[in-house]
Amino acid sequence: MADLTLTIDGGTVTVPEGSTILDAVRSVGGDLPTLCHGPTLEPANVCRVCMVEVEGAGALVPSCSRVVDEGMVVHTDTDRARHSRTVVMELLASSADLERVDDRFSAWMEDHGADPARFTGATIEGRPAKVHDDLYVRDYARCILCYRCVDACGEQHQNTFAITVAGRGFDAHISTEFDVALPDSACVYCGNCIAVCPTGALEGKIAWDMKEAGTWDIDRQEVTRTVCSYCGVGCNLDIHTQEGAIVDVTSPEDHDVTLGNLCIKGRFGWSFVVSVDE
Amino acid sequence: MFGAGGGTSSYAEIEETDVILMWGSNAREAHPIFFHHVLKGVHNGARLFAIDPRRTATASWADLWLGIDVGSDIALANAVGRHIIEEGLHRTDFIDAATTGFDAYAEAVDRYTLEHAARITGVPASAIAELATAYATAGTAQLCWTLGITEHHNGTENVHALIDLALLTGHVGRWGSGLVPIRGQNNVQGGGDMGALPNKLPGFQDVEDDTIRSRFESAWDAAIPTRSGKHISLMNEAMDEGEIRCLYVLGENPMQSEADGSAMARRLEGLDFMVAQDIFLTRTAELADVVLPAAGWGETEGTVTSSERRVQRSRKAIDPPGSARDDIDILAGLARALGHDWDDRPAKDHWDELRLLSPMHAGMSYDRLEAEGGLQWPCPDEAHPGTPFLHGRLWDRPLTSKRAPFVATEFVPPVDELDHDYPIRLTTGRRLDSYNTGVQSGKYSSPRRIGGSIDLSSTDASNLGVEEGDTVRVISRRGEISAPVRIDPTLRAGLAFMSIHFPDDTDVNQLTIDAWDPKAGTAEFKATAVRVEA
Amino acid sequence: MDLRLLSERPSAEERSAVDALLGSPERGDGRVAVGGHAVRARRHLLLPALHALQDAAGAITRGGVAYISERLSIPPTDVFGVASFYELFEVDGPGGVTERPCDDIACMGRGVAPVGAGTHVEPSACLGQCDRGPAVLRHEPGRGYTVRTGGAIGGPIHQPRSQLRLLRRVGAVDPTSLDAYLDSGGFEALAKAKAMGGEAVIAELEASGLRGRGGAAFPVGRKWDGVRRAAGDKVVIANGDESEPGTFKDRVVMEDDPFAVVEALALFGFVTGAKEGFIYVRGEYPTAAARLEAAVAAAGERGLLDLAIEVRRGAGAYICGEETALFASIEGFRGEPRQKPPFPNEAGVFGRPTGINNIETLVTVLEVLRIGGATFAELGTEGSTGPKLFCVSGDVDRPGVYEVEFGATGRDLLDLAGGVAAGRALGAVLFGGAAGVFGGDDALDVPLTFEDTRAARLTIGAGALIVFDDTTDFEPVVERIARFFSDESCGQCVPCRVGTVRQGESLQRMFSNPASTPLEVRLLGDLAKAMDDSSICGLGRTASLAVRSAIDLGLVGAAHG
Repeated sequence: MADLTLTIDGGTVTVPEGSTILDAVRSVGGDLPTLCHGPTLEPANVCRVCMVEVEGAGALVPSCSRVVDEGMVVHTDTDRARHSRTVVMELLASSADLERVDDRFSAWMEDHGADPARFTGATIEGRPAKVHDDLYVRDYARCILCYRCVDACGEQHQNTFAITVAGRGFDAHISTEFDVALPDSACVYCGNCIAVCPTGALEGKIAWDMKEAGTWDIDRQEVTRTVCSYCGVGCNLDIHTQEGAIVDVTSPEDHDVTLGNLCIKGRFGWSFVVSVDE
Repeated sequence: MFGAGGGTSSYAEIEETDVILMWGSNAREAHPIFFHHVLKGVHNGARLFAIDPRRTATASWADLWLGIDVGSDIALANAVGRHIIEEGLHRTDFIDAATTGFDAYAEAVDRYTLEHAARITGVPASAIAELATAYATAGTAQLCWTLGITEHHNGTENVHALIDLALLTGHVGRWGSGLVPIRGQNNVQGGGDMGALPNKLPGFQDVEDDTIRSRFESAWDAAIPTRSGKHISLMNEAMDEGEIRCLYVLGENPMQSEADGSAMARRLEGLDFMVAQDIFLTRTAELADVVLPAAGWGETEGTVTSSERRVQRSRKAIDPPGSARDDIDILAGLARALGHDWDDRPAKDHWDELRLLSPMHAGMSYDRLEAEGGLQWPCPDEAHPGTPFLHGRLWDRPLTSKRAPFVATEFVPPVDELDHDYPIRLTTGRRLDSYNTGVQSGKYSSPRRIGGSIDLSSTDASNLGVEEGDTVRVISRRGEISAPVRIDPTLRAGLAFMSIHFPDDTDVNQLTIDAWDPKAGTAEFKATAVRVEA
Repeated sequence: MDLRLLSERPSAEERSAVDALLGSPERGDGRVAVGGHAVRARRHLLLPALHALQDAAGAITRGGVAYISERLSIPPTDVFGVASFYELFEVDGPGGVTERPCDDIACMGRGVAPVGAGTHVEPSACLGQCDRGPAVLRHEPGRGYTVRTGGAIGGPIHQPRSQLRLLRRVGAVDPTSLDAYLDSGGFEALAKAKAMGGEAVIAELEASGLRGRGGAAFPVGRKWDGVRRAAGDKVVIANGDESEPGTFKDRVVMEDDPFAVVEALALFGFVTGAKEGFIYVRGEYPTAAARLEAAVAAAGERGLLDLAIEVRRGAGAYICGEETALFASIEGFRGEPRQKPPFPNEAGVFGRPTGINNIETLVTVLEVLRIGGATFAELGTEGSTGPKLFCVSGDVDRPGVYEVEFGATGRDLLDLAGGVAAGRALGAVLFGGAAGVFGGDDALDVPLTFEDTRAARLTIGAGALIVFDDTTDFEPVVERIARFFSDESCGQCVPCRVGTVRQGESLQRMFSNPASTPLEVRLLGDLAKAMDDSSICGLGRTASLAVRSAIDLGLVGAAHG
């Protein structure tokens, strides 16, 4: 594929055709905040924390999805772009619980001087978590409606379509049909929604319990890559252990067999290894 | 196939292919992540055909589902082949250049007209013709199957009938065209790779080949039996005849996994001595004289091979509990106790020994497996990138290697015939959240688990006067169990289904027949004649 | 696909309503089933199927959703997600009669229309009946939608017919009669176009200087040419999802001159080479939809159409007037806008090259063909050619649709509408509707052309002028506008979803505690900038315009600003 050359913040950058502005920024060691952008998913274009200025475009453009054109002139750090990103971060943090979003995002908020306290009002914080089974928890007070879980459950990965965005505007929310409990829905408990959730709104039960209890400690965890013990597809698994006990099982998103996805057995069916009658 | 014991294709190919046949495979439930790739293909425009007696979750995604009678696969495949030939849609260039036995094949399938096959399979002739035309005219096509093809008294013949279709249409040996048996267990392919077959040494090398055998003998400094061993069905026969008196069972639960369970129980109970090496005290282990606790998944190092022939590292994340040990340590210890000088070596050393003896694995160093996320065999040297699809050689012109043979097959109905006393065809399979006899999967709490049941069509249920949840007796010529009824709208009248996962409650293998395939030794789990009594 | 349905089953009425739309289900014999692509390709019938359910039961029930899921192979969750997007669908609702009284700004001065006893009541944003408000939209199972209006003032047209080009048939030619339409010069433009060929039509359009009337003012000739030049299986769409508060001109045209819409769309199809067309009609316009459906059928039967036209009813979502949201809605998805590029002429509805214009633009094309591009260009001003429809509503004597040549001022229109009611003075005019800009008395002298309004920082928008007299308390008006946007935001992008809510909250704080005004004004400014810069579509980008202009004009927040 041909290479394209563009200008980012005054510097010349060459990237393969089809790259996004974000790809181009990262290719030269830069970065921008992202939330709804999932590496294994099509850009949802909704969180708007990655906006940049492109000369000739009326509005700001989302860097995670806008594909680079030859000769494009991009400014990532103008007052206008920073202002917009800052306000959007403030709006997000004022409306949902972002405590469990990864550290990089809090660093971005600090970097931009975001002050969510400026915006008080309607929030989904404080909504009770939905704990319906032993496998995973839906803690929707943390949901920023990034669409990643819906896309992963839907056509892009799992094709189960157990969840959707329902309602509209600020009332829009992730829901099963008629908001029935998960066991009554189409959910197959693959947990592929958990794998893509950037905010901790969807979490394995063990991890969520540990986080609630304050015992989840990523610094004391080890990750061992292996292959699932069930069928013969060969899904890679990352076994997360803390003090010799398995606390989570995931699949690497750069593994071309799974793209980070698993089935219920792979993600949750490992408890036999710690079963008592061994 | 054609001398290589594995599927021909990579999963990535199915995302780009034009036509996908899922034949006797409910991959949506049994191989969910493989089905992700199938659905990518479907969303990219591939037409999906499902051939399955049940309209499974897989079949409900299909553009066309053909609900054949259990065990009528050969009649269907031969009619497809005949129709392709009749319409002149076969690839004569490929057939002439790269295959043998076409004439005999064409003659053998000649009596399988669409109408004849429609009578045998129950599927309308028009649907068979549509399948044939779609497969033959596709630019690329993937033919996938699982146990719906192999768990029959003539499973090997079934596979041949499918391979014949690929040869007829040139749908093998090209990117996007291939034959894909999806493996049911995480290392059933790897077990074959390593020579855990009665007639093979590691790397699918023939044990009866003197040259090959002598290479192994000199490497191992030991004599190797000169004749093939027995597959499981022959072992069962040998146990029945008293020829086998002692059994060493590793990681298998034949008490619950073998057909005709009561016969199997008699066999195991009649042995002089049995050792069971397992991660659990299975029903089989309960019968054993000695139980050797083994380390399980996440507790050991090694490799496994997937359905796309990809060898990947498996690793130890936690210590095994109690006195459980790595399988290979147990075997080495046993060898030492028997007076052989086997040392304890890390898994990597065993792997490197394999690489010296198995040419197809020679290029797969641990370092490469690590760095490249696994490699697909054959990978003969360290510079070799591995092999995404097999049999590309069949497209070399002139052909410089062996031709691929057509193998003519004939439809033979399931052994366990339906009659007035046993009018319902019972077939078996997996459910999404469970696995085999449930030894592993039964240990986690699944909100989707529905337990053992006999699944009936609404017609059969109402004829029997039973409703969902009623307990009924299911009786075959070999045994009888009771099970709760589930009404399944995907079943037609006369067809019943049981999952294999709950042998402690609903032991379907009390009913199944151990009529087995003479080549593979696989029993006909998929076709049992039963009657159901309220 | 492998659907998992809830246990509830559809009623016989629901089943037959859906079957009437989709045809009878195939009987499976347990041997073969056709599914897959063929069934999923009917996804676009989801919105009509939901209408069928709503019409049958007065609600979207669980059993009904299960039946649609089964018939169209759409996961029930998806059906639910789509249904819950639209205001008119009573998801899991009580069933029975629903009445939606308009409580929006154009008719605020006239109060809210009374509703029937024992009905389910859901207040509504502007129903597009501002010439005869206050209005109520009523839905009754089995009988569909009806509109009840209050102060009808002798029809929407108050101008001498001789002055009218676009509206000349309205009220004069039977909208239900194809013959009457033909007798009044109908289908002559299409015949003329066919005689001259597509390229010549585009040349006429370019010569005419015609720009789109939907708000973006894009040159129509260039747009049509883009679609004409696109490769592939094309679609043309008439956008009749007129939902801007204070706007009702497209309704008047669709109701009273439906054949003109059909002819214009057929012409659009002829010029661009599209074989398929849609007329997307606002869900709150039942009469328009019925007349258009009848017109399409009649013209088709008479062999006048080469274009296959389907009339699609919206279901209560302002955002679906945005073209990419409208595409999603037709396709059977939630009406969420998409990031552009790609632009519609590259990848529009169903990913196909799509031409889309609003109703007024399309019928104006007929006038271009009738009088010729050059003559058309002589009408109006140099930068804004031709006739233009304006909707004048609010505190005027004769609210209605007025057709003028570009160049007329707000004061001209106010005069046409009889001026502010006797004894009152002007408070302000909201130009362009909720997504528009407030102007005072001086703004009335600005010619309402694209160029003059831009210079004066006003807007034509979709052609609404909502007039408020000097007794108006603007705080509730501005709050209602803010609520309109937070109600109508699709919820996709953060600046709009959260920003529109924060805007409303800020106004409330400001109005309840005037001392906070400077702080809130700053906050509103920050919000406005981010919403304008970073929202996906025009809704978020314009949601702060009216609010900001009301503050700037001193209509609200003045005392402490």
